[in-house]
Amino acid sequence: MRTIIFRTIAPFLTALMVLFSVFVLLRGHNEPGGGFIGGLIAASALAIFGIACGVASVRRALYFHPMSVSAFGLFLGALAGMLSFFKAQAFMTSQWLIFDLFGVEIALSTPLVFDIGVYLVVVGAIGSIALALEEREID
Amino acid sequence: MTPAVIDDTTLLAVLAPFAAAVVAPALTRWLKHNAAWPLALVPALIFLHFTGFIGPVSQGETFVAAKAWAPSYGVNFSVYVDGLSTLFALLISGIGTLIILYAGGYLKGHVQQGRFFSFLFLFMGSMLGLVLGNNLISLFIFWELTSITSFLLIGFDNLRAASRRAALQALLVTGGGGLALLAAFILIISATGEIEMSVLLGSPDIIKDTGLYLPIFILVLGGAFTKSAQFPFHFWLPNAMEAPTPVSAYLHSATMVKAGVYLLMRMHPLLGDTVLWTTVLPLFGGVTLLVGTVLAVRQTDLKLMLAYTTVASLGLLVMLTGTSHEKALEGAVLYLLAHSLFKGGLFMIAGTIDHEAGTRDVTKLGGLRSAMPITFAAACLAALSMSGLPPFIGFIAKEVLYYGTWGWPGAGLVVTMTAVVGNALMLVIAAAVALKPFLGPKVETPKHAHEGPVLLIAGPVVLSLTGLVLALMAHTTGQLFIGPTLSSLTGEFTQVDLHLLPTSINAPLILSLITIGLGIALYTQLDRLRGLIASVLAAIGWGPDKGFDQFVCGVVGFSGRVTRLVQTGNMQTYMIVIFVFTAIAVLLPGYLTGSFPTMPEMPEYRFYEWGILFIAVLGLIAVLVAKTRLTAIVSLGIQGFAVALIFMMFGAPDLSFTQFMVETLSVVILALVMTRLNLMPSDHRSVPAALLTGIVACAVGLGLTLTLLAITQQPFDTRLSDFFAQFSRSIAHGRNIVNVIIVDFRGFDTLGEIAVVVLAGLCVLALIRVRTKPDKTVEGSTTDAVQAQASEAR
Repeated sequence: MRTIIFRTIAPFLTALMVLFSVFVLLRGHNEPGGGFIGGLIAASALAIFGIACGVASVRRALYFHPMSVSAFGLFLGALAGMLSFFKAQAFMTSQWLIFDLFGVEIALSTPLVFDIGVYLVVVGAIGSIALALEEREID
Repeated sequence: MTPAVIDDTTLLAVLAPFAAAVVAPALTRWLKHNAAWPLALVPALIFLHFTGFIGPVSQGETFVAAKAWAPSYGVNFSVYVDGLSTLFALLISGIGTLIILYAGGYLKGHVQQGRFFSFLFLFMGSMLGLVLGNNLISLFIFWELTSITSFLLIGFDNLRAASRRAALQALLVTGGGGLALLAAFILIISATGEIEMSVLLGSPDIIKDTGLYLPIFILVLGGAFTKSAQFPFHFWLPNAMEAPTPVSAYLHSATMVKAGVYLLMRMHPLLGDTVLWTTVLPLFGGVTLLVGTVLAVRQTDLKLMLAYTTVASLGLLVMLTGTSHEKALEGAVLYLLAHSLFKGGLFMIAGTIDHEAGTRDVTKLGGLRSAMPITFAAACLAALSMSGLPPFIGFIAKEVLYYGTWGWPGAGLVVTMTAVVGNALMLVIAAAVALKPFLGPKVETPKHAHEGPVLLIAGPVVLSLTGLVLALMAHTTGQLFIGPTLSSLTGEFTQVDLHLLPTSINAPLILSLITIGLGIALYTQLDRLRGLIASVLAAIGWGPDKGFDQFVCGVVGFSGRVTRLVQTGNMQTYMIVIFVFTAIAVLLPGYLTGSFPTMPEMPEYRFYEWGILFIAVLGLIAVLVAKTRLTAIVSLGIQGFAVALIFMMFGAPDLSFTQFMVETLSVVILALVMTRLNLMPSDHRSVPAALLTGIVACAVGLGLTLTLLAITQQPFDTRLSDFFAQFSRSIAHGRNIVNVIIVDFRGFDTLGEIAVVVLAGLCVLALIRVRTKPDKTVEGSTTDAVQAQASEAR
């Protein structure tokens, strides 16, 4: 599996896939995509990187344990739902902040934060399973 | 009279011990055992608070206070203050104050003394909540809390197996009874529609009129008899003597074991005075009284002697409550008060002797009177009260209860005789506990005995003197404590006139004399009596304690057999069972109703649609003919991609996108798992086994196809999709309806789902990290979890 071609191309492929996954995540509200599918793409990127260059280098690159990333995503998701408390609205009532930046309409919202949470949960959980399995294969 | 509503101070009084439990460990670390002094202020203040109720309650007033807890279920944190609950609250807080001081002296220097104070306070709060509880559900919660805190206290010395066993036994017996009580309360709530005790007590016939009296009666008894250690559930109480002595003195004599009696007394207006009540209660109470006293005589350990007489006293109380005869009930209330005072004191004295002399075996003690004069004096006072001799509260209690049983038109004679024998044997034990260790020639004890410190002797002295003072002020005691409590039992305002000394020579006095004579006669023959009972018990050779062990072993063994039957550990068996039941679930309804969906008309497929179907079928054939498992897994992926293509063509790009990724990752993860497991590369099942799985697979596939056809042939209700289509853009600012539903309209669902994903990830990680022996495969667990994960990915 760990041919020189694969090893050389894997980092670029991974970077490209992660970038694409973020793109999919952010366009999700209006086009096909979203946190879940974006997370799956990023997780497969991690898996590819792991197979090609070894799990140790993936863990180094990630810095955080993938499971912590996952837990943080859950935390973020729950937190996004609580912002509505400040306006005395029910849990998970969406809050929107729409403004113009250099003539481009920017829409920030709690559903976006929540979707980022979903993304992190999926990357973390699937990624950590894949990495753990790959790790055992090597040792 | 409707109860008056009072402010929340009384609710705070119930919660105060819980607050004290939080600060106790820190305070003990700072002040060592002297922390007992400031900590004892908490129950002392609670005691003071409840003394404020004595006056109004003795005038027949009652009070309630409540805070909403779960209002939609009618559950409130509420208290009901009347004669009965005031008496109990005073006993709990008053004796609690002395016990906290005593525990300060008894566990001086113990590393976990702070934790011990904490547990004691937790118990105190639970007990207060129980006896003051107005709302049935909150009463139940406090009832169970007393069981749990009792578990913690009995098992305090958790390094000894005997402690742990006793704690578990007490928890199982009283906790099991608690479940019966919960069932009783639910029946009461659903039958009457009332949840507050004060409301129920307002119409005493409300339960008797429902037709559910019998089950409610049995279930209430299940709770009360286990808590108050009635025969045949009495065995946990003597075992609970494994606890440090402050616990025995507080929980297992004065307060917790009285909770069952409290419940019976509290429910007396609602459940009492029926044929069932006046038959069952005196029967069980009487048997418990006799069994308790007889077993007490056999013991040589001071604490065990006292424990068995506690069982006996509880039996006496249940027997008296069971007569539903006003004078006997008065005797019960008096005896309840007297017993808490003298038994709490005697337990503390036994603990002091143990603490100072190093043993509490009565055969190894003697001649301590000069070394421990104050303890001896307190022991004599308490023992005189227990023996029912004047001028102590125990004497008045005995006179009144004889008067009551003698005059009971039911089985008065039998009950009176039982009481006489029981009381005579209690006199024997009282004498043995109070005299044997102190009189006679001096015996060499493990520790050089001397008088205990003030923390240890304060409790017994105060309690013994209280027993004397209450008796000397008999008239006031009757007016302030006994009358109001009796009113709670009878359900109407009753006044009691007590005298210290009998006004004439009457039946009770003669019965008292018989009791005393019999008691003294038996005391002189104590050693012979002890030998006789021991040999009889040895001849029987079985008791409820042994029965409890057999029962627990039986349950554990049975569940082990069931587990081995269901959990074979074989992955194939699990999968076949799951899919066989899935097949039945999807096929059976159609078969039973005979309504299979009609085959839809086949549309004209375009050539590329045929192409995709062809690829899917090709993938499936590849799975079937695959030589190795790895090839089979990858081939299954082909079919998955074909399905994703179909989703794409029919306008579900999100679904298709996700399907692509899930298929890819499933194949990757499954392949990784497979390479990791020590499996044969090829499938080596026999032909019949493969055939069986094939049939099951076809059945599930057929069933799901039929179900899908049936669903799609239903008329399509467009309300939801119309709503989402209409509001996705205007409310949620999103054009991708699927995503808007996931993160906004149904965001709460998604939150739950991502929580599941995180947990599943953690579980899989834990499973992967389990190091198994090389020759053992972990096929079952790991792939199971991975598949669960894969199926979670929608």
